[in-house]
Amino acid sequence: MSEHEHLVQTRDLTKVYGGRITAVNRVALSVRRGEVYGFLGPNGAGKTTTLRMLVGLVRPTAGSATVLGKPPGHPEALARTGVLIESPGFYPYLSGRDNLRVVARYAGVAGGRVDDVLEQASLSDRAGDRYAGYSLGMKQRLGVAAALLKDPELLVLDEPTNGLDPAGMRDMRALIRELGSRGHTVLLSSHLLGEVQQVCDRVGVISRGALIAESTVAELRGEAGLLVAAEPLELARAAAEELLGAENVAVVDGTLRLRTDPAYAGKVSTALVQAGSTLTELRPLERTLEEAFLEMTGAEEAGR
Amino acid sequence: MIGSFSAEILKLRKRPATWVLVGVVVLLTQLFGYVLPYSSYATSDQNFATEGLDPQGVLAGTLPGELVPTTLGGFPVFAGALVLVFGALVAGSDYGWGTLQTALTQRPSRLRVYGGKLLALAAAALGVVLVNLAAGAVSSTAIALVESRPLDYPAALELAEGIGSGWLIMTMWAGFGALLGFTFRSVALPVGLGVVWVLGVENLISAVATSLLTALQPLRELLPGVNAGSLVWALAPGGGAGGDAPPGVVDAVTGSRATVALALYVAAFAVAGAALLLRRDVR
Repeated sequence: MSEHEHLVQTRDLTKVYGGRITAVNRVALSVRRGEVYGFLGPNGAGKTTTLRMLVGLVRPTAGSATVLGKPPGHPEALARTGVLIESPGFYPYLSGRDNLRVVARYAGVAGGRVDDVLEQASLSDRAGDRYAGYSLGMKQRLGVAAALLKDPELLVLDEPTNGLDPAGMRDMRALIRELGSRGHTVLLSSHLLGEVQQVCDRVGVISRGALIAESTVAELRGEAGLLVAAEPLELARAAAEELLGAENVAVVDGTLRLRTDPAYAGKVSTALVQAGSTLTELRPLERTLEEAFLEMTGAEEAGR
Repeated sequence: MIGSFSAEILKLRKRPATWVLVGVVVLLTQLFGYVLPYSSYATSDQNFATEGLDPQGVLAGTLPGELVPTTLGGFPVFAGALVLVFGALVAGSDYGWGTLQTALTQRPSRLRVYGGKLLALAAAALGVVLVNLAAGAVSSTAIALVESRPLDYPAALELAEGIGSGWLIMTMWAGFGALLGFTFRSVALPVGLGVVWVLGVENLISAVATSLLTALQPLRELLPGVNAGSLVWALAPGGGAGGDAPPGVVDAVTGSRATVALALYVAAFAVAGAALLLRRDVR
């Protein structure tokens, strides 16, 4: 695979601590150029360790990875990658602006860029205050500002909405969506399913160190359908089977589950009424990402 | 590495602890090098720093001609301990604040980030030496003017030798502190262990080697503090015109051997710190 297709690619990436604790187990994920990739998993699943390996902070025990076509931690890759992993690391005695000036010097970025990213992170008003006096949300926003300093092709953001209030979380999601729409590739780790569902194009699900699924959000949620409650049920079932085929109709808990596009609700309604049924409920049936996630991780747990 | 060095300098310049430590080093050097000895001479009142000494010798030690040995007299022990604390702070706090991770995820390689930090420490050590010499020059000039003594400043070569020696000693202690910081990835433990080493362990080994167990003499001659003290001794054998060497300034090894030993210590601390930073995961 070329760098142009996949900015991040791992193969059997593994990290074992102390020869006993397998934090990451043979993870193979790929992040395509221009997408917002959600790295989803419960706390302790191995998300942060994986991201640390991708930026060269932690060395893999086995397996390999490429980031922007280079090995993890390679200066050329880091120069094009913005990183925020776990809580941001800044100097408490420096102001927000001076902290970014320090980061800019490390990154080889012109000092003039500092004010741009402070503005982007809505921190311009407090840029002169000491970092030690920042709220959790402001610290997180400064971390994102630092990640944006290089105007990077790839952003690696680990739980970027941690510590933010609802309005801050909304703004952060909007910023991530905006970055995605401007062509940045974003690798976003989160345990917040709603967040991933809202902003991500594709998702990798990690549980107990292993990647158990990787696909689009829609694919993970599974096929959509319709739920129908009608009386008499058998009459309704026969009509539905005639319309959609028997293989697409099931009876669950006294209701019909129809495997069909929810846009067919009108046709289904007409067919069932014409067959003499009375509809008491008809609604789209979609799994949330949370349901899909719990199903996957539950099955994974049960399989152990 | 220029970017890393420049980032480190910005951090050091704006860090209150930097100025507190520099201030304390200057204050103590002036206090023990000039204020107490001159007070003793001026009031004919002997204190613990001047007891049993010839008053004229005490005064001579505070005049411009003795600027180098008087200023460097505190470097092997108390100034060294403070600079060691500084090195430990600079290296160890980056782990506690998570700022090492921030630096290592920008552009430069680990080695460049590390190199920038060491260069900044060496620059700070040079700054400490120059500020102390400048403060000593002011104090000794003032005393010479008050006592109507000639303003005989050290020759350029002697001054350069003093700056070089002081820089080597300060860089060695700062490097020792930084190595402890990188080893323990924190601040408190390196500071505690470092200060105990400089002020306690080295003195104990020296005391035992010179009295109870002379077989330890070769070991004593390898100690960083003893070599630092020997280098200062070599600049003004016998304690200079003051006639009494400050604590830690000893005649244990020759000046050239001390110089080589200190340079080797600087190199060894740098290599060991680099090995730790390059090898370990940053979590």
